Order: sequence, then structure tokens, then C-alpha cells
Amino acid sequence: MNHLLEVENLKVSYGGIQALKGINLSIAAGELVTLIGSNGAGKTTTLKVLAGLLHPASGKLQYRDRSLLHVPAHRRVVNGIALVPEGRGIFARLTVEENLLMGAYIRGDKAGIADDLERQYVLFPRLAERRTQLAGTLSGGEQQMVAMARALMSRPELLMLDEPSMGLAPLMVEKIFETIRGISIQGVTILLVEQNARLALETAQRGYVLESGAISLSGTAGELLGSDAVQQAYLGA
Amino acid sequence: MEILLQQIINGLVQGSVYALVALGYTMVYGILGLINFAHGEVVMIGAMIAMTVLQALLTAALTPVLAVLLSLLAAMAVCMALGYSIERIAYRPLRNAPRLAPLITAIGVSIVLQNLAMMIWGREYHAFPLPFNSTSHQLGGAIVNDVQIAIVIIALLIMSTLMWLVHRTRMGRAMRAVSENPAAAALMGVDINRVISVTFMLGSALAAVAGFMVSANYGIVHYYMGFMLGLKAFTAAVLGGIGNLRGAMLGGVLLGLIESLGAGYIGDITGGFLGSNYQDVFAFFVLIAVLILRPSGLLGEKLAERA
Ligand SMILES: Nc1ncnc2c1ncn2[C@@H]1O[C@H](COP(=O)(O)OP(=O)(O)OP(=O)(O)O)[C@@H](O)[C@H]1O
Ligand SMILES: [Mg+2]
Repeated sequence: MNHLLEVENLKVSYGGIQALKGINLSIAAGELVTLIGSNGAGKTTTLKVLAGLLHPASGKLQYRDRSLLHVPAHRRVVNGIALVPEGRGIFARLTVEENLLMGAYIRGDKAGIADDLERQYVLFPRLAERRTQLAGTLSGGEQQMVAMARALMSRPELLMLDEPSMGLAPLMVEKIFETIRGISIQGVTILLVEQNARLALETAQRGYVLESGAISLSGTAGELLGSDAVQQAYLGA
Repeated sequence: MEILLQQIINGLVQGSVYALVALGYTMVYGILGLINFAHGEVVMIGAMIAMTVLQALLTAALTPVLAVLLSLLAAMAVCMALGYSIERIAYRPLRNAPRLAPLITAIGVSIVLQNLAMMIWGREYHAFPLPFNSTSHQLGGAIVNDVQIAIVIIALLIMSTLMWLVHRTRMGRAMRAVSENPAAAALMGVDINRVISVTFMLGSALAAVAGFMVSANYGIVHYYMGFMLGLKAFTAAVLGGIGNLRGAMLGGVLLGLIESLGAGYIGDITGGFLGSNYQDVFAFFVLIAVLILRPSGLLGEKLAERA
């Protein structure tokens, strides 16, 4: 299979603590892959390395058969990699629309940006009503919408989401995941990090289980859902 | 009554200069959480360059208008290069260092610039060779001259342009994004280092204009002039709420007014015990009062806990 992203033996340390102990994972173009694991397993760390916010101690990071290791964070977006960070990372003192325009920062096509802006407002009508409101005054769910719409404004090839369901009411979680499926159907490759393992595995095609900085299991979403280990550790069975 | 009006006019003029310099402090603080104590020296260098270039151009028999314009542009260009270099050389290597390190470095840069200016221009006061007679006008018993009118108008123009830039352009949006969440801004494709450089250059350009203004207003230039002016503008930025652009402008004008009114009436208040030469006291009185009563400043939202 021809992979869009390939991670090999990736190691990351925070000072003396090794957060990633050599992980391997790969994602093909168009896939929806999930990375699950308990608190402190290293999921956010993995995404930060992929986005360029953290530098690995060693390992390979290939994107379209090109190494990303020396590509700074702000250039990775240009390469098509977008991250919706943990805690959303919206710009609270910018308006909703300004947040979305920040997502299109790397683009110069005015007409295309205006089109995409309207597309986001169709996808998230709630944001359309609030386009001139300061993003910091939105509810948690609305802020998650801003974070996702903002990431989509860069027209990513690979969209990485770090716990998009965090802190949201069940109805809002359902709505966000519906949107994620929709984005996936449109051909965007997705790497989804979630604590809610069942929902993540029901949404994704494949999954990896991260445990204390190492991949302990991987397979199709169906295989993982059926596995005893996953059921016991993450599905509360 | 005339005294009151006169002091208000003087306060507005001086306050416009403080506002321009305070903007430089507040922009850098907003984006880096750093008090760039060398900023006052950038104002001084701007004044020195303006004086030198203006003198040379007038000697070369350029028309006064052209000479003033070109010397101002030269001062702005030199200060922008200086601001860029200060950040690159002195602050960037310390980006992730403990907070005290860049603060001490800022003071060091300030001393270096002062001494550099002393070596180049000497310790003496220089006359600022303004090639116009600044005509004085009567205004309800008070007097205002052309230079003062120009200072207020130009400051207003520059501040509106800056507000437009920060709130209406792509670069301005990126600056606000970086100041709020640098990591998230990087994820959007913003080159943070570039935005920081632009911020330093913008602030330094304003400093150059301010340096030209004070020199034209008082008619003298001196290598030590940046020190007190810098401290006062810093006070103005704190008064308005450091990190807040509108706060810097408000704080600048208010400080100018407080100083000027204070100096005008201190003799009456103290029964002649203190004279207007105590003018500088007011700025620091204001600074202390703000730090005690409202550390976040007039328009600041949250307490600034970064140094
Ligand atoms: N900045 C940091 N400094 C030191 N240690 C850190 C830092 N960030 C994360 N760690 C440690 O690295 C490990 C992995 O953290 P990470 O944030 O990647 O976990 P996670 O899987 O995203 O957890 P959660 O589900 O709680 O978000 C944890 O043990 C954490 O304590
Ligand atoms: Mg996490």
C-alpha cells in the first residue's frame, strides 16, 4: 500500500521522561485512522510531533515519501497537514470569522477563501450566526466547531484531531463525529485521537492502541472492537 | 483659565509622543511578554539619525520640506533595522530562557546603545536644525505653535494607521493570533519569528517618529534623552494596561496631561514649596499608584504576571 504518512521508531522525551518509546504507524491517503489510549499514553505527544510542535529524539517521519523532520510547524500546513489541537487552541480574542481566516493564512486565493468560508458556515450554521462574535465567548461545542472549521480552511490533506469530544455533551459529540465522517467521505485523510474508544472505533476504519508510549495493538476497527484486550481496557466490558 | 488651557495643550502634545513610544512597549509585550527596556534608546537613536541626516541635507541645500521628510524616513529606516537586530541578536537566543534573562539583557542593550550614541555624537547637547520658523498661534489665551499642531495630527494619523493594520490586515490578524497563542498560530502556518520581527520593526518605526517629534518640539538632542522618555512611555503603557494597544494610546495622552497639569499647578498646591521642575515626579507617582491600585492598568483585562 502507498502511504501518505509513515512513522518509524519515533522516540520523544520530555527532559528525562520518555513519552514515546519508538512507535510505528502509517496512514494511507483517504483513510480514517484512530489512535486510542488512556491518559498519559502519548497520544497528544504523537500529534504534536506530526504537526511539528515537538521534535523527536529519533525516528523517521515520512510524508509523501519526504522527510518532515526538518520542516518547521508553520511549513507543515503548507504541505497539507492540519491539527485541531487538544483544548481547541482557538484565538479567544479574535472573532469567529477571524479565526477561520487564520485557518486560511497560508492561502492567497481570495475567491477560494471566500467560497470555503461559506462552506464552513453551511457545515456549521451555528458559526454563521456568530461570525462577528469573539470566539472566546462561544460555548465549548461551538469552540470545537471553530477549531475544526479553522483547520478545514487550510484545505488539509491530512487532518489530525486531538480529542474532539472532550468536554462536550452527548448530542454535541454526535454532531461533531457526524461532521468528521462527512469530512472523511469528502476524501480528507484523518487521524483521530480519542479517549472515547468505542465511538472512535465505530467511526474509524483502522486503529492503533497506544500504551505508555508504545503501540500495543493495531488492526481494523472491527478487529480492535472485538479484541478482548481492547474490550477490557478501553470499552469497559 | 489660560494656564489650564495652556497646560492641556502642552499635555496633549507630550502625551502624543508618549503614546507613540508606549505603543512600542506594549506591542512587544503583547507578543513576547517581554519589557523591551531598550526601546527608549531606539527613540534616542531615531532623534540622532534625524538630526544628522537633516543637517547634512540642509547643508547640501535641499529644500526644507524634502530635507525634513527624508531625514524622518532615514531615522525610521535605521530604527527599524536596529529594532530588528536587537530582537535577533539579544532576545531571540533567550526566547525560552527564564524571564529574568531577557529583562537583564534589555537593560544591557540599553546601556550599549547609550554608550554607542555617546561615542558617535558626544556628550553635548545638539541643536535640532529644524528648517522652519514654528509660528505661534493664539488660542483662547493659550499659545500653540506649528510643530505642536503637527505632532498631534501626525500622531493621530499614525495611530489610526496602526489600528487599521492590526485589526484589518492579514499581518495584523497574525500578530494578534501570535500574541494570544503562538503554538496555535504556528499550526495555521504563521512564521512566528517573522511576526515578531515585524512587531519590533513597527514599534521602532514609531519610536523614530517620536524621536523626531520631541527633538523638533524642544529643539535639542542628547544621548541620554531616551532614558527618561522611555521610562515615562513605559509608565504610560502600564497605566493603560500593558499589552493593550488602545491602553497605550490612552495611557500616553493621560500621562502627558497629568504631567503637564501637575507641573502647572504644583506651585499653587504646595504653596510654592515645589516648582515645575518636579514635573518628572508625577509620572512615577502615577506608576506607583497604578501598580498598587490597578496593576492591570485602565484597559488591561488580566493581571500581567509575566515580567
Ligand atoms: N510538556 C511536558 N513536560 C513533561 N512531560 C510531559 C509534557 N507533556 C506531556 N508529558 C508527559 O508525556 C506523557 C504523554 O503525554 P500526552 O499528553 O502525550 O498524553 P495523552 O495520551 O495525550 O493523554 P491525555 O489522554 O490525558 O490527553 C505523559 O506522561 C505526560 O505526563
Ligand atoms: Mg492528550
